[in-house]
Amino acid sequence: MIFHVDSASWIIAPVILPLIAGLLCFLFNRKIFIIALAAALANFLVVCFLIWQLLNFGPMRSYIGGWQPPLGITLRTDGPALLMLLMTAITGLGVTLYARGYFSHRISDPVRAFRHQRQQRYFWPLWMLLLTGLNGLFLSGDIFNLYVTLELIGISAASLAALSGKPASQRASFRYLLISLLGSLTYLLGIVFLYRTCGVLDLTLLRNLAGNESGMGAALALLSVGLLLKTALVPLHFWLPPAHANALAPVSVILSALVVKASFYLLFRFWFELFAPIVTMPALNFMGTLGAIAILWGAIQAMRQHRLKLMVAYSTVSQLGYLFVAFPLSRITEGAEVWSIVIFMALTHACAKSAMFMAAGSVYLHLGHDRIKDLGGVRASLPVTVFAYGIAGVSLMGLPPSGAFIAKWMLLSSSFASSQWWWVLVIMTGSLLAMIYVFRVMSQFFVIPEGDVLDTPEPLSPLLEWPALILALISLFLGLFAPWPLHILSQGSTGLALIFPGALP
Amino acid sequence: MNSGQLLLIAILLSSFIPGIIIFCLPEEKHRLRTRLNLCGSILKIALILVMNAGIYYGHVYEIRIPLIPGVELLLNGDPLSALFATLSSVLWLLTTIYAVGYLEGSPNRSHFFGYFSLCVTVTIGIALAGNLVTFLLFYEMLTLTTYPLVIHRGTEKSLRAGRNYLIYAFSGGAVFLVAVVWLQAVVGPVDFSAAGFSPSYLDSHGPVLTIIFVLLIIGVGVKAALVPLHGWLPQAMVAPAPVSALLHAVAVVKAGAFGIIRIVLDVYGAQNLLLLGVLPLLAAVATVTIFYGSIRALQQDDLKRRLAYSTISQVSYIALGMSMVDQPLAVIGGLIHLVHQGLMKITLFFCAGNLAETLGIHRISEMSGVARRMPLTMAAFSIGALGMIGIPPTVGFVSKWYLGLGGLAGGNWWLLLVLVVSSLLNAWYFLPILTSAWFGKQKGEWPEEMYIGRYETSLMLLVPPLVTAFIVLAAGLVANAQISPLAWVRFIVRGYGL
Repeated sequence: MIFHVDSASWIIAPVILPLIAGLLCFLFNRKIFIIALAAALANFLVVCFLIWQLLNFGPMRSYIGGWQPPLGITLRTDGPALLMLLMTAITGLGVTLYARGYFSHRISDPVRAFRHQRQQRYFWPLWMLLLTGLNGLFLSGDIFNLYVTLELIGISAASLAALSGKPASQRASFRYLLISLLGSLTYLLGIVFLYRTCGVLDLTLLRNLAGNESGMGAALALLSVGLLLKTALVPLHFWLPPAHANALAPVSVILSALVVKASFYLLFRFWFELFAPIVTMPALNFMGTLGAIAILWGAIQAMRQHRLKLMVAYSTVSQLGYLFVAFPLSRITEGAEVWSIVIFMALTHACAKSAMFMAAGSVYLHLGHDRIKDLGGVRASLPVTVFAYGIAGVSLMGLPPSGAFIAKWMLLSSSFASSQWWWVLVIMTGSLLAMIYVFRVMSQFFVIPEGDVLDTPEPLSPLLEWPALILALISLFLGLFAPWPLHILSQGSTGLALIFPGALP
Repeated sequence: MNSGQLLLIAILLSSFIPGIIIFCLPEEKHRLRTRLNLCGSILKIALILVMNAGIYYGHVYEIRIPLIPGVELLLNGDPLSALFATLSSVLWLLTTIYAVGYLEGSPNRSHFFGYFSLCVTVTIGIALAGNLVTFLLFYEMLTLTTYPLVIHRGTEKSLRAGRNYLIYAFSGGAVFLVAVVWLQAVVGPVDFSAAGFSPSYLDSHGPVLTIIFVLLIIGVGVKAALVPLHGWLPQAMVAPAPVSALLHAVAVVKAGAFGIIRIVLDVYGAQNLLLLGVLPLLAAVATVTIFYGSIRALQQDDLKRRLAYSTISQVSYIALGMSMVDQPLAVIGGLIHLVHQGLMKITLFFCAGNLAETLGIHRISEMSGVARRMPLTMAAFSIGALGMIGIPPTVGFVSKWYLGLGGLAGGNWWLLLVLVVSSLLNAWYFLPILTSAWFGKQKGEWPEEMYIGRYETSLMLLVPPLVTAFIVLAAGLVANAQISPLAWVRFIVRGYGL
């Protein structure tokens, strides 16, 4: 069986499947969960198939409807794209199961129970649309198509964030929507610049032109600001904690684990592939510095929070900083290695942060609040959730053998190799601060409350506890399986060079 | 996968699997839990003995798992790891028996024993680690698995102790990680089996390698409780007695000391360290720690706190021995103290736990005349204490004898002085306890007297300290025999060609 690398039309499956499922979810009233689960499962299998294909046949591309660039829509697979797809598929599967548990949790209060029912109606189709957008973004091969997927992600994410219906969450999600639109507009402006100078929108063609044209700097700056707004890098992070913390638990998981990664992924591709010839060291250092500020600021804010979900949200702000610290260290590492730092960080964070938000959501359902100082006794009643929280926390801290440890190891060793020791300080301080905010909560779980334990509420469904634990375990043991992602990544980059000769930075 | 690799994996799994099962067991199934624990620990000892025999006859036990280029996990059974693994597994068995008796009827036991098993798995992992990355992995895991044990009681005080423990331990871990990455950036990956990197790096990177050595020692020094990194240890005394025994004798402090041994002998190697000239620094830190620990121990009235400061002081003998790495006798003294200190200290903690559990005695001032009520416990305690002072024929004497001989052979007269003064201090803080316990008069009622079992206390609490006390005496008496800890340590030192 021989695949032709230019006509792999099934690449479109990860985009089409959730889209169809989303539409079906709108149409049908019952069994929505089954549709969504089937889509999530199918998505996972397709991604596994695509990875298998990549390993055996190298990168692929497909032109939708047979239209070649510069006119048509291009989808393509390579190592980084497929790993992001895999990340989305795994956490997506986890979230789908968790959301099922979340929405079928029995609530005695009839008003709240009714609200739960209504939220569920909107949650599933929106989540499927979001999944479509994410998969489309990771696979897209032209810059305008990327804009469309970004918009899709932004709008469905903001609507998901508004689902909980509480005033705080509506305010936060409205702000989120505005920021997201502002980001998209800036991004669109960047595309306009780019199109004016180069006259094409296909990434591969653009890459070949990027070094020669003037005015690319302005385009890059606009694109970057738009994407940074969406990625919530300090100082543009202000919208993230309220939006993530006030959303429903499954939505928080999706927003924190996946949505911010999408815009970051795009940013990273622009900086290190498309615009690599014109990126300067001061610009990289600037991004790294913002990342360092994000690590410290986010962690300090996380330490100061009184509510568990806000703490977890600020931890996202902090963890995103590590992705940017990789920027200035990229110059001395080789192409595949800078990808592997970012990918390991992103994969670990996606799994660990999902687990953490799931645990926080379960605790909220269980106790009816998430005030950190009143979490005593949860260890006895929700041992699996507490375990999941602990393991996820350990992965976020970057302790071995988590994937974040591998990423931090590479960051540290490139700092030493390039004598930029100040990054070492930032990275290690960030880890220690993470330890403090993770274990501040952990120790509260261990408090044995005085007097009677709370009047045993409804036991939680296993769907609320086990997906969190499994995702946490994946993030913790990712480091032990480090050769696999590395293998997939290396496939991608050599293949890229083959298909797009002379184009790699 | 060959039989040697299977053996290594079996050694790790023999406590890991019982640990995982215990987590899943319901709280009330204590019989099954105890059986699992005991089977696991006996099996582990048996497997480790098989490995020891293999190592003695020159078999290679090695598992390599590559992670990223230049970083791999490496498990490697060498004579040194056999020493630590045997010590930990034997003491773990005794501590488990003790803990079953100690925690009878208290809440959350399934969690306790689950973490307990994970903790010993990790400790054995530290023993078997074949390079710094693997060592780091298990070293950080050790912090994680002991933390729930330290805060087991869930009280305000224990949470505070746990928080301090975490801050100290993870800060140490962070420094260690930085040092490991830096070292690798300078000299490339170092396996322990290489017994030191090539001296050619010293010319080009001398100062950097000195800094890295200091960072590495700080990293492991936190767990080894070297002054001024010892602050967490006395606070961690709020944990239940079996946990204290674990922290002080089996796992945590020992892991730190073992790390110092690995760094000195296997990462840098004697030759490089002598050329770098950093050993006097280590000797100075060790000496300060020995004196500081003893002097602080003198001031404590709380029995467990006195024992804690005594640990700080005693563990530094190991570092002291390592600081004279050019003297084989001193190295023997340091290495053998790893075993001997564990045996003596665990005896003392078991006895302290018995006093607290049976009579409610926590303070030394309450111990007057206690030997008449609990003669066997106090006999064991006395043997442990006399060992700490270094009175023949206990094992403590053997350690100090070799350290002293090593010091003399190297012309380090100050070492003899350190040993004598420190022994006097040890005597000063242990002998009053013994005299008041044996010859003092009971002052009023015991704080909370309980009658457990037919003997002075429950059999499960009584047997472990008696066994360890017996070993303290026996290992001292037969130190020169063919099979003894000392013989094995000599075997190790021969392996380094010292």
